[in-house]
Amino acid sequence: MKSRRDFIKISALGLGATAVAAGSAQALFGSPLFGNKNGNTESGTPLRRTPTYCEICFWQCAGWVYKDGDGNIKKITGNDDDQHCNGRFCPRGTGGIGQYMDEDRIKTPLIRTKVNGKDTFKEASWDEALDFIANKMQQIKRDHGPECVALFTHGSGGAHMGHMLKAYGSGTIAAPSFAQCRGPREVGFLTTFGDIIYSPERIDIRDTRCMVLIGSHLGENMHNGQVQEMSDAIDKGATIITVDPRFSTAASKSKFWLPIKPATDLALLLSWINVLIENGWYDKEYVEKYTVGFDALKEHVKTFTPEWAYGITTIDPNIIRETAREMFNASPSVIINPGRHVTWYGDDTQRMRAVAILTALLGSWGRRGGYYKPEKLHLPNFPVPPFPEPQRKPTDAYKGIYPLANEVVANGLCDATIPSVDRECNLRAWIVNGTNLLAAFPNQKNTLAAIDALELLVVIDTMPIELTGYADVVLPECTYLERYDMIRNSGHRQPNIALRMPAAEPKYNTKPASWIAKELAGKLGLAAYFPWKDMEELLDWQFKELGTSLEEMKRIGVKNYPREVDDLYFTPGEDVVFNTTSGKIELYSSDMESEGFDPMPVYTPHEEPPEGFYRLNYGRAPMHTFSRTANNPNLTALMNENVLWVNPKVAKLWNLTAGQRVKLKNQDNVISTFSIKVRVTERIRWDSVYMVHGFGHNNTKLTRAHGRGINDTELITRVKVDPVMGGTGMRGNFVTFITEFNEDGKEAEA
Amino acid sequence: MRYAMAVDTKKCVGCSDCVVACQTENDVPVGFCRDWVVEVTDGTYPQLETEIRSERCNHCDNSPCVRCCPTGASHYAEGGVVLVTHDECIGCGACIASCPYDARYPHPDGYVDKCTFCLHNRVEQGLDPACVSVCPTKCMYFGDLDDPNSPVSKVLKTRKFKTLIPEAGTKPQLYFLI
Ligand code: SF4
Ligand code: SF4
Ligand code: SF4
Repeated sequence: MKSRRDFIKISALGLGATAVAAGSAQALFGSPLFGNKNGNTESGTPLRRTPTYCEICFWQCAGWVYKDGDGNIKKITGNDDDQHCNGRFCPRGTGGIGQYMDEDRIKTPLIRTKVNGKDTFKEASWDEALDFIANKMQQIKRDHGPECVALFTHGSGGAHMGHMLKAYGSGTIAAPSFAQCRGPREVGFLTTFGDIIYSPERIDIRDTRCMVLIGSHLGENMHNGQVQEMSDAIDKGATIITVDPRFSTAASKSKFWLPIKPATDLALLLSWINVLIENGWYDKEYVEKYTVGFDALKEHVKTFTPEWAYGITTIDPNIIRETAREMFNASPSVIINPGRHVTWYGDDTQRMRAVAILTALLGSWGRRGGYYKPEKLHLPNFPVPPFPEPQRKPTDAYKGIYPLANEVVANGLCDATIPSVDRECNLRAWIVNGTNLLAAFPNQKNTLAAIDALELLVVIDTMPIELTGYADVVLPECTYLERYDMIRNSGHRQPNIALRMPAAEPKYNTKPASWIAKELAGKLGLAAYFPWKDMEELLDWQFKELGTSLEEMKRIGVKNYPREVDDLYFTPGEDVVFNTTSGKIELYSSDMESEGFDPMPVYTPHEEPPEGFYRLNYGRAPMHTFSRTANNPNLTALMNENVLWVNPKVAKLWNLTAGQRVKLKNQDNVISTFSIKVRVTERIRWDSVYMVHGFGHNNTKLTRAHGRGINDTELITRVKVDPVMGGTGMRGNFVTFITEFNEDGKEAEA
Repeated sequence: MRYAMAVDTKKCVGCSDCVVACQTENDVPVGFCRDWVVEVTDGTYPQLETEIRSERCNHCDNSPCVRCCPTGASHYAEGGVVLVTHDECIGCGACIASCPYDARYPHPDGYVDKCTFCLHNRVEQGLDPACVSVCPTKCMYFGDLDDPNSPVSKVLKTRKFKTLIPEAGTKPQLYFLI
């Protein structure tokens, strides 16, 4: 496909994006913070520290950045008062310093231009770059309406850019963390309990007596608070039950490991429901008082016996019974962990409904050691004029589908960018902040088709990711260690807030998203929506409304508040009204039924790998957060490529040896761009292979990440969309090995 | 006084936070490390066992590295902690070759470096070593074996443990809870 929008490598600049002296940022922060940075310091002088909250993953742990007397950032540690991290960062947060140090960062704004008929980037000043964007945005507003400009965001910059976009008149804002990740779980619980799980998850692992991990590999995914609490729970003798086709780290810590056949989880969940009901192993009082639909559920699961599930899942029926008994014995202090990345097979909301139903039968929602109710502060907004009312809602982009999505479906917006006659408005511009959409969305061909149709693509990031190569304008954001951001206001056992402030001036010619949004708004004639002088004024105003101040927060970093309502758990016999249609916990979901979906989950078999192919499973490594850390010098020193887990039986069949490099080809004949090292291990089933997501980067400017390992996303071309909420199921792809290949990515001729 | 450390293999998830924290705390150049993580898997699918452990210098009571050091740079410090005096180290590498645990590395500045139990920069200030204090699973215990109330003494009293390559006769002071 010849595209208007040729991919440009930032390295093709020729000029070499030179470092621009960072002095210009001094005025921006206007803070005496850096005043004595040239002061003499003898070695041994205690390090000085400033508060931050981490941006390496969504968990946003609050911590301290330590600097020596010369103002050099030395280390980052957790804040003891923070409920997200309890004073301990995960490896990525500890290595967050590498994001600041990374010499491959984008260093100055870039604008796409044509030289001799070839697309290239030219370096630009901030003024030029923002003028370019503002002009384009005004034109799109005139021609198509402001709603045709969309924002995709994953990270703290989104709040600033979102504010700007709303002032401009568009509410078309989405995060891939919904439909590419945790969406099915939120909708599954919303339709059952009338409430969602939130982040950090409202699960009381600390006090649980039994936790079931089904497709969650905690410990490899470092959801910090959860990993910490799981370890505490193990110390206190809690039972861990892990369901995973792979012998995950968590599986190796578990009392029970259920090596399930991939794609059959729903059958196991249904048979657990069957066992609990048939044996009376459920909380009768709780079910009676709080739920509707029990009789229908009982009837529905009658045939889903452990013997039935055995034929599907390959899990021993006795183990299914024993683990069900184990859960009941621990109830209500039991957690069927809802996980996070749950977009697998397209029936994911139904699978999460099954998790929610089990949770209800065990009476663990609203109970200690099960699910607690988080409390969050109400954060007052700095007074600004009312936003204009958008003519079109973001959901208009995918009218009539995904009826139960409670957040914007990012892939729905992506699809609505590809011109189509039966759509009244196609999206014309994307502003993308902190997410590599080419890796976040499956089916890259589709994403590229959407990008090709855009009139404007703005990428705001710290690193040159794949997506930057397709941008019209690239804006270099400074890292979280160099900026203020909005107050972290998170729901937890206690309401709490945290401050992020710059520990250093922005390196190179980079800027915080807060500044970018305000400047751009100014150029769009929307300055009235940004009435604060700078972030310090905005934050201080908000902190004062919360009974503290910027000055105090700089000293303490985190502030915990007492709960306003003492409702962490239900009190015994309490009357609870749930936010569902019936006001009860819906074992039988009326919302699902009225939208034409199964009111109770039904197992449907998913495709199996064809002969000679293996299911492509992917997951996390504790020291990486996808593309975000793929080039981090500290973290790549720990792991700089992914490897392919292959069972020894399979390796023998294919004559693969440990350490050998292979390419992969999927069911649609897509061949991976790069090759991957084989890891022969008993820890994986013979019907699947496994790799860590977030590698195989194609941008040569990422000197440590380019060409390292395989990008699983390029092999995920078959997407099973969840009709309930638009989730993109990604686990129905199958790959085979190519052992002979040329460097250029083509399979060697046989 | 006898400093020692215990690592709980039942809790360690191999996240390597201990490695990164050590690097930033102790200015270990990127690409080198004083501590590292080992995974050992036994069995055949699905009858499997995986042990994960964070390893470092064992601060042996009977250290081959101290014995073989020609300059005396490698020595026993307070509490039996094995240290290298950078100024006295000529970088000959005899200690690297003698260590059965491969705990030492040649620092680019020309001396041999390894885990110090964070003796001077943290322990003497009453802090835990950096790796112990960062570990998200709290699977490491540090302290004085001569003090029955130290975390390491207490945990070794209640749990089964092992040391690595005991047959080398080095009397290691890094214990693994099993
Ligand atoms: S879990 Fe790790 S990466 Fe995520 S916010 Fe916390 S320290 Fe940062
Ligand atoms: S930080 Fe703790 S859990 Fe992580 S690898 Fe080190 S010892 Fe293990
Ligand atoms: S005790 Fe200190 S020097 Fe030794 S591995 Fe831990 S952090 Fe590194």
